[in-house]
Amino acid sequence: MRMKQLLANYRQNKLLYWLILPSLIFLFIFNYIPMGGLIIAFQDYSFTRGIWGSEWIGFENFTDFFSGMYFGRTLGNTLALSGLDLLFNFPAAIILALMLNEVRSARFKRTIQTVSYMPHFISMVVAAGLIKEFCDSSGVISSLAVQLGGKPQSYISQPQYFRSIFTISEIWKSVGFNSIVYLAALSGISEELYEAARIDGAGRWRQLFHVTFPGLLPTVIIMLILRCGAIMNVNFEKVLLLYSPSTYATADIISTYVYRMGIIKQKIGFSTAVGLFNSVISLILVLGVNKLSKMYTETSMF
Amino acid sequence: MSMKIKESPSRKIFVFLNTFLLCLIGFACVAPMIHVLFCSFSDPTVIAREGGFRLWPVAPFSFEGYRAVLSYKNVLIGYGNTLIYVIGGVLLNLVLTISAAYVLSRKRFAPRGFVTMIFAFTMLFNGGMIPNYLLVVDLGLIDSRWALLLTSAFNTFNMIILKNAFLSVPDSLEESARLDGANDLRIMWHIIIPLSKASIAVITLFVAVTLWNSWFTASIYITDRNKWPIQMFLREILINNSQKSLESGAQASAMALQILVKYTITIIATVPILCIYPFVQKFFVKGVLIGSVKE
Repeated sequence: MRMKQLLANYRQNKLLYWLILPSLIFLFIFNYIPMGGLIIAFQDYSFTRGIWGSEWIGFENFTDFFSGMYFGRTLGNTLALSGLDLLFNFPAAIILALMLNEVRSARFKRTIQTVSYMPHFISMVVAAGLIKEFCDSSGVISSLAVQLGGKPQSYISQPQYFRSIFTISEIWKSVGFNSIVYLAALSGISEELYEAARIDGAGRWRQLFHVTFPGLLPTVIIMLILRCGAIMNVNFEKVLLLYSPSTYATADIISTYVYRMGIIKQKIGFSTAVGLFNSVISLILVLGVNKLSKMYTETSMF
Repeated sequence: MSMKIKESPSRKIFVFLNTFLLCLIGFACVAPMIHVLFCSFSDPTVIAREGGFRLWPVAPFSFEGYRAVLSYKNVLIGYGNTLIYVIGGVLLNLVLTISAAYVLSRKRFAPRGFVTMIFAFTMLFNGGMIPNYLLVVDLGLIDSRWALLLTSAFNTFNMIILKNAFLSVPDSLEESARLDGANDLRIMWHIIIPLSKASIAVITLFVAVTLWNSWFTASIYITDRNKWPIQMFLREILINNSQKSLESGAQASAMALQILVKYTITIIATVPILCIYPFVQKFFVKGVLIGSVKE
């Protein structure tokens, strides 16, 4: 019966079915086939034998990863970089939006917006190049330290500075662009609500707490869901460009480890298993946070 | 009527501080690129001797860096390749994304909910780096330009954004067009696309920027330097500190010039994007609001 309905629907709207076909084919080849390819996480994969001929080894790749020395370090670094981002970068965009929302002059507001979006459009390679130059032993930070009585040193090659450099530069690169969503939400709050609050005698702070924040909350929650779902996805390209063997202790994250094991050392089965671990945790996180949010706030993505 | 009440002193202090801080933030955002810009116009010997951070141009003003860049054939190769990847990739993305978004925004399309979930699931879960890499190997696309064009040809996030934009076009327009005998291609081309220009412009910019700035896929799929995008040469120069990309066709350049050229290439590879985005800026919000996947 349902098949019949579908067929009838196809006859009436043939063109629609043909229009969606190319993107479905793309999706199948470039998204769903690699998902199927994840079975090599359970194989001792070899290039010569391929996916159909390689030996099945169950969870050995996973147990190897969990018992190896890199598991704790890469997981810890991933969570640390992500946690710092959530702690500083996430609220920074909200604060910037609130600050911009207080500006009366439309021209000034637009100018600040334009310049604050700029770092977002600079390529990761150029941004990383700038970070390296500034944090080098002859760079700006080092010469500032010299003026304050320190001695010149290269900050980017010392593990104890990596997380700060990463987090601060990440705020620089993304705070402006991330504020767009919140600015949109703020401009969507009805002026009448503020008017009513003023008539009730609410000052600026009370208006902020009783009108602005509640109006902003749904957007904050949606962004928080997205952000929490992405906790395992630290800006991989940036770490790859900035880290070096001397900073692995604080900089090496799960995805850079996957890259080194898989692409460089060609340990295909093992690195796929590590990547799969990462993706599964991500999936659980995003579904979990979505469910929590549905339960408590009626705001959800799915 | 509105807000001409006298402002309290604390309000004045707040406004002043807020403006001041926003100026500081704005300055911090652009300062690094200003530094690069002024360095790129500086005299190579001065740059090599002094280093440091520059917020004003250093006399004597010099175009030597820009003259030198044109003699590096790698820079021209990279620029050409990047243009191929950006133009080809944007066209592919637009055709696939617009057609998928159009279909999934039509209520006449019966399997709409199911197909949308097939698309949306790829935002939650994917094969990851290694299975994707193996796929490209198995398709025989290593060292082919198609590896870069095809693996970035479709983005579900953009599709959902466009789908929501298309949904906001009133149904009555489509209905009257259908009564006049218009088919889906005509409806899409003459009604839906013209009424969603702003969203399409934003998606186009975002895709173009992503492709222009992309380097990682090239670094794992392309070993042939003649097919490298400009970002790969930039990585070699800025990150790996290799002078290999700077081997000049004509003559070996001086050390000082090579330092200068770093800045010049950065400007050449970045300025096109920085000149375009302010024109589309007011529509950005259409490209970042996604709300819900289901409608």
